[in-house]
Amino acid sequence: METLMAIIIGILFTIGVYLVLSKSLLRIIFGTSVIAHGTHLLIITMGGLKTGGPPLLDGRAVSYTDPLPQALILTAIVINFATTAFLLVLAYRAYSALGTENMDHLRGINDNE
Amino acid sequence: MIMNNLVAFPLLIPLLAGLIMAIYRKSIPFQRWFSLFSFSLICIISFYLIQQVSIEGIQILELGGWQAPFGIVLVVDMLSALLLMTTGFIGLTCVLFAFGSIGEEREQFYFYPFFQFLITGVNGSFLTGDLFNLFVCFEVMLISSYVLISLGGNKIQLRESIKYVVINTISSTLFLVGIAYLYAVAGTLNMAHLSVRVAESGQPGILTTVAVLLLIVFSLKSALFLFFWLPGAYSAPPTAIAAIFGALLTKVGIYAIFRTSTLIFYHQLEITHTLLGVMAALTMLFGGIGAVAHWDIRNILAYNVIIGVGFIVSGVAIFTPASLIGATYYFIHDMVMKALLFLLGGTVIRIVGSNKLKEMGGLIRNHTLLGWMFFIAALSLAGVPPLSGFIGKILIIQEGLASGAARAGFYWLAAIGLLSSLMVLYSLMKIFINGFWGETLLAQDMEKGDTKGLLLPCVLLTAAGIIWGVGAEIFYPFVEQAGESMVNPNLYIEAVLREVV
Repeated sequence: METLMAIIIGILFTIGVYLVLSKSLLRIIFGTSVIAHGTHLLIITMGGLKTGGPPLLDGRAVSYTDPLPQALILTAIVINFATTAFLLVLAYRAYSALGTENMDHLRGINDNE
Repeated sequence: MIMNNLVAFPLLIPLLAGLIMAIYRKSIPFQRWFSLFSFSLICIISFYLIQQVSIEGIQILELGGWQAPFGIVLVVDMLSALLLMTTGFIGLTCVLFAFGSIGEEREQFYFYPFFQFLITGVNGSFLTGDLFNLFVCFEVMLISSYVLISLGGNKIQLRESIKYVVINTISSTLFLVGIAYLYAVAGTLNMAHLSVRVAESGQPGILTTVAVLLLIVFSLKSALFLFFWLPGAYSAPPTAIAAIFGALLTKVGIYAIFRTSTLIFYHQLEITHTLLGVMAALTMLFGGIGAVAHWDIRNILAYNVIIGVGFIVSGVAIFTPASLIGATYYFIHDMVMKALLFLLGGTVIRIVGSNKLKEMGGLIRNHTLLGWMFFIAALSLAGVPPLSGFIGKILIIQEGLASGAARAGFYWLAAIGLLSSLMVLYSLMKIFINGFWGETLLAQDMEKGDTKGLLLPCVLLTAAGIIWGVGAEIFYPFVEQAGESMVNPNLYIEAVLREVV
C-alpha cells in the first residue's frame, strides 16, 4: 500500500512541477494545488497506513492508527484551500487590471536608471 | 512548575485586536488608537516576560493542559522574548507612520486589522515550540502579508504580489514535505522532543537531508541566497507595509533557521552549518552587488535587507557561543534599523515624488533632521562604533577569524562580512550624497508631499538604535542568556519536557 501511495505522490508532484513551470498563470495555480495534494497524501502515508485500526487507543485495542497525521492534513488542507482561493481572486484581479496572464508579460522590467 | 499564562498574550492581543477592529471598519480613529494600544500592550507584556525569563528561566504554557510532547506548547526563552519586544516596538512605529502616509482608502479596507493579524503570525512563530505550529503561524503571517502587499491593487502591486504569493505557496508546500519526512523518521514534531530524538540517533544521513530540505524552505522565506523574489515584492507596497516586511517577515525565517540549526540539527555541523556559511557568503556578495548597482532608493533598501540576512546567518554558521550572541545582537539591531531605513527612504520618496536618485538632491537644507537620521542609520548598518551594528559585527567577525577555535576555518566568511559592510556603507552613502547633498532641486513649496507626522516614528526608531548600541553593556546579559540557551539545548528541553536530560 505504501509503495502504491509513493508512486501516486510522485506522479502528483511531477504533474504539479510541470504545471508550475508553464507560462500561464492559471496553470501555475493548478500546479501549486496539485503539489499540495501530493503533500497531503505524503503526510498521511508517513504516519503509516492501516486498515481497520481506530485512531484512538484504549486499553483493549490491538491495533490503532496514528491520529496525528490526520489532524495535520486537516489543518494543511484548510490552509491550502484559503491560499488557493486567494490566489485565484488575485489572478482574476491581475488579469482584469493588466490584461494578460502570461508570465512573460508580467516580468515588469522597468528602467532603474 | 507553575505554568505562565502571560506567554499566550503576545499571540492573543493582536488576534483579538484585529477581530475587534474588523467589526468597526468605518471608524478609522478607533482603529488607529486601538492599534497603538495593542502594540503598547505587547511591548509592556514582552518587557515583563524578558524580566521573568531573566530571573526564572524559560517560561512555557501547555495549551489545554496537555503535557508536552503530546499537547501544543508555547515557549518563551530569552531569544523569543527579545524578538517579541522588538516586534511590538517596530509594529508601534510602523503603524504611527501609517497614520500619515497610508491613505484613507487602505485604512477603510482593513489595513489595521490585517496589520494585527500579521503581527499575530510573527509573534506566534516566535512563541511556538512545535514545528507544525510554526508552519501554521507562518501561514497566518503569510496570508496577512498577501493581503497587505496587494491591498490597493495598483498594477505594480498586483504583478509583484502574484510572484510573491506563488513563491511562498510553493515553499510552504516544501515545508510540509519536510515536516512529513521528519515525522516519519523521528515520530514527533515538538521541537524539544525532536532535539532529544535526533541527539539519541546521532543525526544519521536521512535526518541531515531533512535538515537541508527545511533549510531550503526557511531560506526561501528569509531571502537567504534564494532571494530573487524579494527586491520586486518589497518595493511594490506602500512604505509602512514595506517597512514591516523588511523588518519582520524575513526575520521570522531567520528565527526558524536559528531554532532548527541550534536546537535540533546541530550534530552534523560540517554539512548543515557549512552549507549555511556558503549560502550566507553568497547572499552577502550578491546582495551587496545589487545594492551597489541600483540607482533606485527602494531597490537599494531591498538589497540591504538581503545583506543583513546574510550577515545574521553567518553568525549561526560559525556556531560558537560568542558568534551566536553576536548574531542575536545583530538580529535585533537589523530589525530596528531596517524598519528605520525603509521609513526614512519612504519619507524621501514622498517628499521628492520619485524614487530615482538622479532626480533628487540637497534635501538636507529643508529637512535637516531627516538627513541626519539617515546618516546615523547608514553608519549604524555599516557597523561604526558606538552605534548598534558594531557590537554584533565585531563578535561575529572575531569568531570567524579566531584560529584554533573548535570551528576554525571561517576566515573567508569574516572577510566577506567585512566586504559587505563596505558595500552597505557605499550604497547608503550613495543615497545620502545624491539625495541630501548637492544643489537643492526642490524649493519647500514645490515638494510633492509633507513630512507631517512621519518623523516621530523615525525619531523613535533612531533613538532605539542608538540606545541599543550605546547601552550594549546593559543589554549584554540578556543577549548572553539568549545565546546560552542556543548553545545549550538542554536548557530548552528541560523546560519544555520537564525532565532532566
